[in-house]
Amino acid sequence: MITASVAELSRALLARRLSSVELAKALLDRIDAANPMLNAFLTVDRDGALAQAKAADTRIAAGNASPLTGVPLAHKDVIMTAGLRTTCGSRMLENFVAPYNAFVADRLADAGMVLLGKTNMDEFAMGSSNENSYFGPVKNPWDQTCVAGGSSGGSAAAVAARLVPAATGTDTGGSIRQPAALSGVCGLKPTYGICSRYGLVAFASSLDTPGAFGQTVEDCALLLNAMAGHDARDSTSVDRPAEDYMRLLAADAGAKPLAGLRIGLPREYYGSGVEPDIANAIGAAIDALKLLGATTVDVSLPNVEYSLPVYYVISPAEASSNLARFDGVRYGHRAAKYDDLMDMYKKTRAEGFGAEVKRRILVGTYVLSHGYYDAYYLKAQQVRRLIADDFTRAYQSCDVIVGPTSPTTAFCMGDNTDDPVKMYLNDIFTIASNLTGTPAISIPCGFDGKGLPIGLQIQGAAFAEAQILNVAHRYQQATDWHRRVPPDFSP
Amino acid sequence: MNLSAKWEVVVGIETHAQLSTVSKIFSGASTAFGAAPNSQASAVDIALPGVLPVLNKGAVERAIRFGLAVGGTVNRRSVFARKNYFYPDLPKGYQISQYEIPVVQGGSIAIVSATRGAIKVALTRAHLEEDAGKSLHEGLDMHGALGRGVTGIDLNRAGTPLLEIVSEPEMRSAEEAVAYAKTLHSLVRWIGICDGNMQEGSFRCDANVSVRQAGETRLGTRCEIKNLNSFRFMQQAIEFEVRRQIELIEDGGKVVQETRLYDSERNETRPMRSKEDAQDYRYFPDPDLPPLVIDEAWIESIRGQMAELPDAKRVRYERDYSLFPEDAAALTASAEIAAYFEQTLDELKLRSDVPYLSQSPDAANAKSVANWVLNELGALVNQAETTIANSRVTPRQLAALLAQLFNKKISSRGAKEVLAAMWAGEGDAEEIIAARGLQQISDAGALEKIVDEVLSANGAIVAEYKAGKEKSFNSLVGKAMAATKGNANPAQVNAILKRKLAGSS
Repeated sequence: MITASVAELSRALLARRLSSVELAKALLDRIDAANPMLNAFLTVDRDGALAQAKAADTRIAAGNASPLTGVPLAHKDVIMTAGLRTTCGSRMLENFVAPYNAFVADRLADAGMVLLGKTNMDEFAMGSSNENSYFGPVKNPWDQTCVAGGSSGGSAAAVAARLVPAATGTDTGGSIRQPAALSGVCGLKPTYGICSRYGLVAFASSLDTPGAFGQTVEDCALLLNAMAGHDARDSTSVDRPAEDYMRLLAADAGAKPLAGLRIGLPREYYGSGVEPDIANAIGAAIDALKLLGATTVDVSLPNVEYSLPVYYVISPAEASSNLARFDGVRYGHRAAKYDDLMDMYKKTRAEGFGAEVKRRILVGTYVLSHGYYDAYYLKAQQVRRLIADDFTRAYQSCDVIVGPTSPTTAFCMGDNTDDPVKMYLNDIFTIASNLTGTPAISIPCGFDGKGLPIGLQIQGAAFAEAQILNVAHRYQQATDWHRRVPPDFSP
Repeated sequence: MNLSAKWEVVVGIETHAQLSTVSKIFSGASTAFGAAPNSQASAVDIALPGVLPVLNKGAVERAIRFGLAVGGTVNRRSVFARKNYFYPDLPKGYQISQYEIPVVQGGSIAIVSATRGAIKVALTRAHLEEDAGKSLHEGLDMHGALGRGVTGIDLNRAGTPLLEIVSEPEMRSAEEAVAYAKTLHSLVRWIGICDGNMQEGSFRCDANVSVRQAGETRLGTRCEIKNLNSFRFMQQAIEFEVRRQIELIEDGGKVVQETRLYDSERNETRPMRSKEDAQDYRYFPDPDLPPLVIDEAWIESIRGQMAELPDAKRVRYERDYSLFPEDAAALTASAEIAAYFEQTLDELKLRSDVPYLSQSPDAANAKSVANWVLNELGALVNQAETTIANSRVTPRQLAALLAQLFNKKISSRGAKEVLAAMWAGEGDAEEIIAARGLQQISDAGALEKIVDEVLSANGAIVAEYKAGKEKSFNSLVGKAMAATKGNANPAQVNAILKRKLAGSS
C-alpha cells in the first residue's frame, strides 16, 4: 500500500484505512534504507514530516481535507522551503536555509501534503544526468550504474523507486521530462506562467517552469490542481480562472475515448539519432493511441532543429545574470581567505560553483557582451519566435504532438561527461516546449533491450494541460508500463 | 566666467530624481530616509535566491506625470533591462533599469539664459530604474569585532525608485546648466514626483561637459562630472572643468573621455575612471518583468489630475494680472509660493469689505499682492530661515491686512509694521492696528485742522517756501505726518497743504 499512487493513497487516507503518520514513517524508513544506494535525497526532514503528517491526520479526522492531505511529497532542492536547507545542488548554497516558502511549496503545504525532504539535482538545475550535483550523482533505480537523468534526477529516481509517491521538479529545457523518461515515471511541465516561479532559485527566468512527478498521469493532474494559480509576486504569472485539471480524466469516455483527437507527428522528431528500441516503443504507443480513437497527421516544425543552439544562447545568458547574486557578500559560500573585494568575488565563485555552472556563466557572459549581443542573444530570440510560430502553425492541423522524450535511454555514469554537446543533445526533443512556453508530459511507454525505461512525450498548445493529461491518462488506462517498479525497489 | 570668445561650452545634464513613492520600485519595503541600516531591506531588496521583482505602479504613474509635464512622449510600451555589474551594494549583481525603450522620450525644459534669453532645453529621455544600496567605508563599529578596512553594506536605499532624466547637450554655460537644474528641480517638486532633497540625495545631477572652437558643429570629447550635490557646486564644478579642458587643449593636449569627481573643498574635478575602465554592462531585457504597457486611459486619467504647470501659470499671471515677468517667475518658482499667492487673492475676493476685487480684473491689487508676498512676506520668511509653506502669517491673515491697505484704512508703512507684528504672533491685522493706533486719518475735517496748526506753528518754514524754497514743502508735510504719528493719509495732506499755501499767498 505505501508504494501506491497519490490517488490511491488519498482514497485510503480519506477513508482512514491508513494514517498519514504511519505512511510517512514507512516511507521515511524506506528512504533511509534506499538513499545510500540512490542518493536521491539531499535532506530528509523526519521530524518535520511527522509533525505535518500528524496535522494531516487531524485535518482528515475533522473532515476538511483536500485530495492531497496527508500524502507524502518531496521537493526538488531548487524550491525554497522555510527553515529547511535549500542547496540547489551547489556548494554555493550548501548550508543555505531559506526564510520563506516558494509559491508551489506553500500551495502543496496548504493542500496538506507532507514534505519528507529535498531531492538531489544538477547544480543550479544545469544538466541532463544529475552528475553535476555537488553532492554526487543520483543513480537510476533501474540500473544503478546508469544516470537518472537531470536536472530533476533526485525527484524522478525517488518516485521511480517508490520512496515518495510524488515530487516537484523544475523544467528549463527538459529537466522534468528527461529524468522522468530515463527513470520510468510521469513528469509534467505545465505552461509557463501557470505555476508561479516565486521561490525557485532562478536558472533561466524565461524558461524555468515548476512541475510535478508522479507514478501516474492522474497524480500529476492532482498535483497541478494544487500548484497552479496566479501569484502577484511573480510578474510572469498568468492571471486566469482556476481550472480543474482532473475534469477530463474522470469521465467515462467508452472504448474510443480519444475519438476525434488529431495527433501531430513532426517529421523532424522521427529522423536519425533516436535509438531503434525507442523508435519502436514510440511507434507502438502511437498505435495504442490510434486504437483509442485518435488519428495521426504529419506536421512539420522546420525551425525546431535550432532549438538546441537557441536554448544554449538564451539560457546561459539569463543564468549568467541570475547567478550574479551569489557573490559571497550576503549569504551562501564565501572564500575563507581573500586579499580584496575582487579576490573575494573570484575565489568565492571559483570555489562555490562547479564546472558546468561556470561553463554556462562564461557562455552567457560572452553572448551578452558588447558586440556579440546582436549576433547571439538577439538572433536567438528571433529564432525562438520562429520556433513558436512553427508550433502555432502545427496546432492548426493537430491537437497534440507526440514523440520520444529523449533520443536515448539512461546512459552510464561518466559516459557523456567529457562532451558537453553530446550531453546537451539529450534535451533535443524537450527544449522546444520551454522556448515556446507550452505544456508537455513524459510518460513511460516501454523498455529497451537493457531493461531501461523509455519515455513518450505528449506536447500541447499553451494552456492545453487538461488535453495532454487526458491523452496520457487514456494511454495509461490501456497500458501498464507505469505500473512497473524497478526490481531492486519492489516492495 | 571670462571665456575666450573662441571657445564654446557644451553641457548636458543627467539627473537622478528619487520618486516619492512610499514603497520601493520592485518590492514592498519602505523608502523612508534615515532608518537603521538594512531595516528597510526586504527579501527582494537583499536579492535572496528565488525572489522576483514586481513593478510599483506609483513609480510608473510619476514617470507619466513627468512625461506629460515636459511635453514628452510617454511610450505605450517600454522595456526593463538588466544592467549587469558586480558591486557589494548591488545585491542582484545587476540593476534593473530601462535601456533601449525608456518610459519617456523627448520633451523640454524652458529656462532663461543670461546670454541667450528664453530657451528650451530638449530632453533625450527619462527612464525608470532602481537605486543601489550604500557602501559604508568609515565610522563602522560593528560590535567592535571588525577593525579598519571593513566595509558595511546598507541596503535600505536598494530598490528605491529613480527617474533618470537625460538632457540633450544644449546648455552653453555653467549658468545655463544651473538654470536648467533649478527649473527641473522645481518642476519635479511641483508635480509631486520627488521631494527634491539634495542633501539626502533625492535629486542628483551629473554634468557632461565638453568644449569646442566657436563655429565647430561636432561635439568635443566630454567628461562626466559627478558629486554635484548643490547648485553652487554644479556651477563651480562646470566652470572649473571648462577652464581645465580649454587650458589642456590650448597647451596642445587632448581631453580624455572619463568620469571625474568634483571635490568641493578644493574646488576641482579629479579623474574617477576612464573610458578604458568602462564596464560592459551586458544589458538585456529583464525576463522577470513583462514589457511595461501604458494605455491611453491611464495617461488621460493622470493628465486630468495634473495641476496647472509652472510655465502655464507664469504666462497666465503675466497676462491676467499684468505682473512683471520676474515677479511672475518668482511666484511660480515653487508650488508653495504660487499656492500662497493664489490663496491670498482668493481670500481677498471672499471679503465683503473689498467687493471690487471680485468684480474688476483687479490687476493693480494683484500686483500689490504679488509685491507683498514676494517682498514683504518674503523678507520675513528669509529672515526666519524657513519656507513660505511654513509662514507664520496665513494667506487669510495677509488678505485681512491688505484689505485694510486697499481700503486706505492704514498706510503702507503702517501695514509693514502690522505684518511684522503678525509674524511675531501679536494677532490679526485689525487687532494690531487698533492696539498700535495705526488707523490712517483720512477725515478731511481733522486733517484741515492739523494742517492749520502746522502752518501757524511753522511760520519760518512757510516763509521759506513762499520765498521759492521748494524743499520746504516736504518739510511741512513731514511735520503734519509727525503730528499724526504717521497715520495721516499722505496724499490728502499734500493736497490740503498745497491748497492752503496757494490760497494764503
